[in-house]
Amino acid sequence: MEELLREYLPILMFLGVAIGLAGVIVLASLIVARQNPDAEKLSPYECGFEPFGDARKQFDVRFYLVAILFIIFDLEVAFLFPWAVSLGDIGVFGFWSMVVFLGVLTVGFVYEWKKGALEWE
Amino acid sequence: MILQALAFYLFAGITVASAFMVIAARNPVHSVLFLILAFFNSAGLFVLQGAEFLAMILIIVYVGAVAVLFLFVVMMLDINFTELREGFLQYMPVGALIGIILLIELALVLIGWQLSPEALAQGQAPPPEGMTNTHALGGVLYTRYIYLFQGAGLVLLVAMIGAIVLTLRAREGVRRQSAAAQFARRREDAVAIKKVEPRQGV
Repeated sequence: MEELLREYLPILMFLGVAIGLAGVIVLASLIVARQNPDAEKLSPYECGFEPFGDARKQFDVRFYLVAILFIIFDLEVAFLFPWAVSLGDIGVFGFWSMVVFLGVLTVGFVYEWKKGALEWE
Repeated sequence: MILQALAFYLFAGITVASAFMVIAARNPVHSVLFLILAFFNSAGLFVLQGAEFLAMILIIVYVGAVAVLFLFVVMMLDINFTELREGFLQYMPVGALIGIILLIELALVLIGWQLSPEALAQGQAPPPEGMTNTHALGGVLYTRYIYLFQGAGLVLLVAMIGAIVLTLRAREGVRRQSAAAQFARRREDAVAIKKVEPRQGV
């Protein structure tokens, strides 16, 4: 347990350095630079104009479909990692267990392909 | 040891703070970004508990995929969020009820640990010596818990088919390139040679 955490110590250090550096950059610009705020500095000028409406527009539902399909195959790959690491111990049974799992998802993949869910337009 | 405690309080504090900001932020996109921060810090907490694999999966799956999905949902829903907030008090009792139930469950877990400290040790199940977390997980997941594993596969299949059935629809008037049809087209189908007499027209 202790050894495991010691391996992660450099990451914690990186985290500390990153947080510290971000804080220093923000504070330094606050202290060193001249602060003279004015509302006119933020307003649109010359050819600019105030926006007419909200920048948010409704997305097409097809993006959602792509994201869902991505998550499913992402999870499938996540299951492959421990399997690959411990394949020497779990033997033939473990191997075929994963093949059946992949087979089930391949059925879904074939359905998706034939249905045209992977095509955009 | 002191460093471990420090890291724990850092991660736990940021997790709670960002979880609060998820419900407190006015802009829903900011809520999702705070959710991502909460995911990252929970991954840090998992590492502190020795659950390396879960920590990495949390980052890959939740930060990489689920958060993107949430962003899509936020961008896809065409709702006026100021309008939505007006009904806040109306849903307050239901939300409070769910919150109280969760609080009772958490309290029960804590009381259970207080009543029998050995239950805590049983729940931890540290990985065998000389073995990484991922290796230990792979040793039991595919053989001992094969039914749950295959069940997970079926759940993923149902999710895939459900998403396709619910969101996929054929669009009218879309011109699609078909390479097979292009290659199958012969010269005779497309080109005809006509002898045209002078001053006759076609």
